[in-house]
Amino acid sequence: MAATTVPDKTTRRHAGRAAGPKAQGGRGGLSRKLSQNLQAYGFLIGAILCFGFFSWYPMVREFIMSFQQTKRGVTSWVGFHNIKTVYHDPYFWTAWKNTGLFTLYALVIGFAVPFFVAILLNELRHARAYLRVLVYLPVMLPPVAGALLFKYFYNPEYGLFNRILKIFHLPTSQWLDSSHTALISVVIAATWMSMGSATLIYLAALQNIPGELYEAADLDGAGLWSKIWHVTIPQTKLVLSLMLLLQIVATMQEFTNVFLMAGGNGPENSTMTVVYMVYQYGYRYNNFGGAAALGLFLLLVLAGFSGLYARLNRNSD
Amino acid sequence: MAEFSSANRTLISSATLARPRGKAIYWTVLSVVLVVFTLVFLGPLYWMATSGFKSVHEVLQNPPTLIPKDPHPSNYKTAWTQLKLAKLLWNTFYYAFGALAFQLVFDVAAAYALSKLRPVLGNIVLGGMLATLMIPSAVLIIPQYMTVLDLPLLHVNLINHPWAIWLPTVANGFNIFLLKRFFDSIPDDLMAAAAIDGAGPTRTLLSIVLPMSRPILGVVSIFAVVNVWKDFLWPMLVEPDPSKQPINIGINSLSQGVPQNVLIAALAISALPTLLIFLLFQRNIMSGLTAGSLKG
Repeated sequence: MAATTVPDKTTRRHAGRAAGPKAQGGRGGLSRKLSQNLQAYGFLIGAILCFGFFSWYPMVREFIMSFQQTKRGVTSWVGFHNIKTVYHDPYFWTAWKNTGLFTLYALVIGFAVPFFVAILLNELRHARAYLRVLVYLPVMLPPVAGALLFKYFYNPEYGLFNRILKIFHLPTSQWLDSSHTALISVVIAATWMSMGSATLIYLAALQNIPGELYEAADLDGAGLWSKIWHVTIPQTKLVLSLMLLLQIVATMQEFTNVFLMAGGNGPENSTMTVVYMVYQYGYRYNNFGGAAALGLFLLLVLAGFSGLYARLNRNSD
Repeated sequence: MAEFSSANRTLISSATLARPRGKAIYWTVLSVVLVVFTLVFLGPLYWMATSGFKSVHEVLQNPPTLIPKDPHPSNYKTAWTQLKLAKLLWNTFYYAFGALAFQLVFDVAAAYALSKLRPVLGNIVLGGMLATLMIPSAVLIIPQYMTVLDLPLLHVNLINHPWAIWLPTVANGFNIFLLKRFFDSIPDDLMAAAAIDGAGPTRTLLSIVLPMSRPILGVVSIFAVVNVWKDFLWPMLVEPDPSKQPINIGINSLSQGVPQNVLIAALAISALPTLLIFLLFQRNIMSGLTAGSLKG
C-alpha cells in the first residue's frame, strides 16, 4: 500500500487537480489552487454539515447544557447545580453500581465465552461455515425480537428456561422478576444476541497465528492449556485488549436491553443503568441539564478507561 | 478439507487427530458442538417461529409443547393487521435505505475528497471526524435530541421527520475511516491518467474509484442498513408518532394488551427481513466485520 502512494514527481506534475494542491506551482497556481480547494470542499460539504449539526455541535452543547437550566423557556447558567442534583439523586450510586455490575457480568460471560467458542471452532475441521453462521444469526435479530423473545423464555410461570431446569431437577429462578437475578438475566440474553461479532473477530485473529509456534510448543511438550496460555493468548493479545475496551465502552452504555426486557429500572431498581437514568432525567423529569450532567460523568469514566488502555498499550510495546 | 499443512495448523496437530484416540475425541467434540450450538442459537428462533402458531392457551401452558398441537396460522395474520406490521416494516425499510443513500453519497464524496483531492485543512477535518469515534454515543443523545428539536441556524424541527434518522447517520467517523483507507490504496497514477484524459474529479470518482471500491461499498452498505434496523433509543426519541415508528419501537409500544401468541408471531415477522439479508450476504457481512474491526 505504501509503495503505491509514494508521489511520483513526473506523474504528479501532470496530474493536475486529481493529485492535489502540492502538484501545483508557478504562475496561475494560486487561482487554480483556490478552485481545487473549492471543489474538494464541495465534495466534503454534505458530510461536514452532518458532522457539524449532529456530532461536533452536540459535543460542545453537552458541556454547555451541563451547566444550564431551562425553565419556562428561559435558559440560565446554574454552575454546578445540575451536577450536584444528579450526584445527590438517591439512585445515582444504584445506577452506577448496576452499570458496573452489568459490565462486570458482561466481561465474565460476554468476553470469555466468545473467545473460547472461537478457539473451539478454530479446532474443528468440519461444518465450520454452518457453525459460524449459527453463532452470528442472533446478531442480525432486531433488538425487539431478541429481547421480547427472551422475556417470554424467562417467564417464571410458563417460560422455557424454568421448564428446562425442572427437567434436570435443578432449582428454578424468578429471572427478570427478582431483583437478585434481573440484571444477570439481561446480560445472558444480551450476550446471546451479540456474541457472534466478537466470536468472528477472534476467529479471524486465531487464523493469523503462525502454525510453527504450536509446533514448537509441541516439541517442548506443552499441553493444551499451556499452549493456549503461552501461544494463543499472547498472539491475540492486541485483538483481545481492543475488544476488552470496546466491550467495556459498549456495555457501560447499556439501555436497549434493560428497557425492553426489564422495563428500564427492573424490580427494586435492580437494572437501572446510568443511560437509563439519563433517559429518565431527559424524558420523564424534563430536566435536560441534569441528563447532560449525568452524561458528563459517563463520558469522564469512559474516557478514563480509554486513557488507561492507551497507556497500557504503550507500555507493552 | 483434511489436508492441513503447518501454515494453518492450530492448537491440536493433525497427527494427534489421526490417532484412534484423537479421532474418537474429535468426533465426540464435533457432535456435541453441533448439537449444543444448534440448540442454543437456532433453538430460540425455532421456538419463536413455532410459538407464533400456538393458541393463547398453548403458548402459556406448562409444560410447553415442542410442536404446536393445533397450529393457528391466523396468528400471523392477526399480528400483521393488529400491530400494523406492514406500516412498521415499511417505515423501517424507508429509514434504512434512506440512511444508506445519504451515507453512500456524502461519506463516499467526503472520503474521496480527503483521500485524493487533499484540500487545505483536510487533515484537521479528518481528525475532527475520527475524533467523534471517541465520544460514546449515549453521552450525545441529549444534545443531539435538542439539536433535532430546533436545528441551529435553520430553526427547523425534525421530530417525526425521516431526516432526523437519515442525517445523523452520515456523521459516521467509522465509515469515513474505512472508505478513506480503501481509497488511499488506489494508486495515484490512475487518478493522474484520468486527469490527463481530461476527467474532472466527479468523473474520476464515478468511473474509476467507485468501480474499484465495490467490496468496501458493500461492507458500508450492509452495516448502514443493519445499524438503522437495529437502532432503538434514537428512533424512539425522534419518531414519537406511532404511524412513523420503525419496527423495534412500534412492536414494543404496541406489545401491551396483545395476546402473547400474536406478539410472538409479530416478533417472528420482524426478524425475517434482517435474517434474510444475512443469509443472502453472509460472506460480505462476515468479511466486512473482520475487515472493519481489525484496525491497523
